[in-house]
Amino acid sequence: MATTALTGYRRPDGRVGIRNHVVVLAVDDLSNAAVEGIARLVPGALPIPHSYGRLQFGEDLELTFRTLIGTGANPNVAAVVVVGIEPAWTDRVADGVERTGKPVVRLSIERHGDLETIAEGARQTARLMQDASELHRVPVERHEVMLSIKCGESDTTSGLGACPTTSEAVDRTVAANGTVLFGETTELTGGEHLIAARCVDDVVRAKFQAFFDDYYETVVAAGVDLLGSQPTQGNIRGGLSTIEEKAMGNIAKTGTVPVVDALGPACPPTRPGLNFMDTSSAAAECITLMAAAGAVIHLFPTGQGNIIGNPIEPVLKITANPLTASTMTEHVDLDVSGLLRQEYSLTQAGDRLMELIDRTINGRLTAAEAIGHREYVITKLYRSA
Amino acid sequence: MGGDLGFLAHEPDDAVAVAVRDVEPGTATLAVLGREGQREVAVTEPIPLGHKVALVDLAEGSEVIEYGQPIGVTSRAINAGELVHVHNIRSTKWQPRH
Repeated sequence: MATTALTGYRRPDGRVGIRNHVVVLAVDDLSNAAVEGIARLVPGALPIPHSYGRLQFGEDLELTFRTLIGTGANPNVAAVVVVGIEPAWTDRVADGVERTGKPVVRLSIERHGDLETIAEGARQTARLMQDASELHRVPVERHEVMLSIKCGESDTTSGLGACPTTSEAVDRTVAANGTVLFGETTELTGGEHLIAARCVDDVVRAKFQAFFDDYYETVVAAGVDLLGSQPTQGNIRGGLSTIEEKAMGNIAKTGTVPVVDALGPACPPTRPGLNFMDTSSAAAECITLMAAAGAVIHLFPTGQGNIIGNPIEPVLKITANPLTASTMTEHVDLDVSGLLRQEYSLTQAGDRLMELIDRTINGRLTAAEAIGHREYVITKLYRSA
Repeated sequence: MGGDLGFLAHEPDDAVAVAVRDVEPGTATLAVLGREGQREVAVTEPIPLGHKVALVDLAEGSEVIEYGQPIGVTSRAINAGELVHVHNIRSTKWQPRH
């Protein structure tokens, strides 16, 4: 297989991105109107509104800050305009992003109002767009392009085709000294011992087990069982019968390499290799956290056809379900349903995925990017004050 | 390679295999993921694409092995050739509340 020369954007902190977005980032829900107003005046700027950021406290507030800062800091982002209702929390987010060395503009709405904020924001955003247009792609190495993986609307074809194909990409990326994030704490249930066994040492194993036990205890303490939602109705329709079976398919995408670390949500990895991150299994929450940790391209195996995208991290979808591939073409980047018919080998499917990853790194839009899927969801740990 | 393959199993000793197309009752071919060779299985009820067929007789309350791992237990006896799904197997992790 020929090796494609990879190109990307090298940011001031040395990290590598594969997109060059100028983001207009809301600190809180109240600022969404100004964020969207600015983006309407500056076509091409990327607005990121969301639903939270007010009266949060403790660990939940810290996670929101870490997510917002990580979003702005992601190397797919060239520059950021941070908009919040008041200056203190706006500064906190802007300062966090500014530590990467990329250009940051901060605007707070109190004592200015939306319209003045939008006018000033649009002027600044336009300037940042012009500056970003002069940043050029440079040669980059595979290990510098951080991957994340998470599957959704899984069915049995995920475990037979889409996940093992993704697994090939994980192993090859890690073999090149790259970094890959996986998560979905809840969807490891029934297979958590397999992940624990792959942790590089007892310290990492204990960290992983603590994340898993914490989730399990939360479910038990709430007095609920997850049978109504795990597997999901889509999973069951696709033939998945139990959460253990779903976990096996999920784990089938994680490659064969060791788990080098277990990270809190939105925490950037510090070790090359396969890193576990404690995340929800809901697609938008999970990918938002992984992008905030610095992942720049996401591999998303799907069975029944999850249509997720992300504003800053291209999401590349892989399916082995022939029905999904033929009825949801605008959402599917790679059809590996031939694996079910034994038309080609897993290695060959892996070759096709690597080729598509390389083209995506070099600028090819994913299906989700082309049709504008930009789901951005902050993980809420508990209710606000 | 077999264009009319009916089922794929993850591991040679799995108790179930997944239909890779809609399979009608009768005889269908089975292969194991990443392995050479096929064999025939007798199917006694329709198995839709993506759903599982039992490859062996399973007594009520026995473990169901897929991926070489337990994926749940039978909630009633299942004969080889029958559909295996939420109506006759259940998780051992989450129990219905009564």
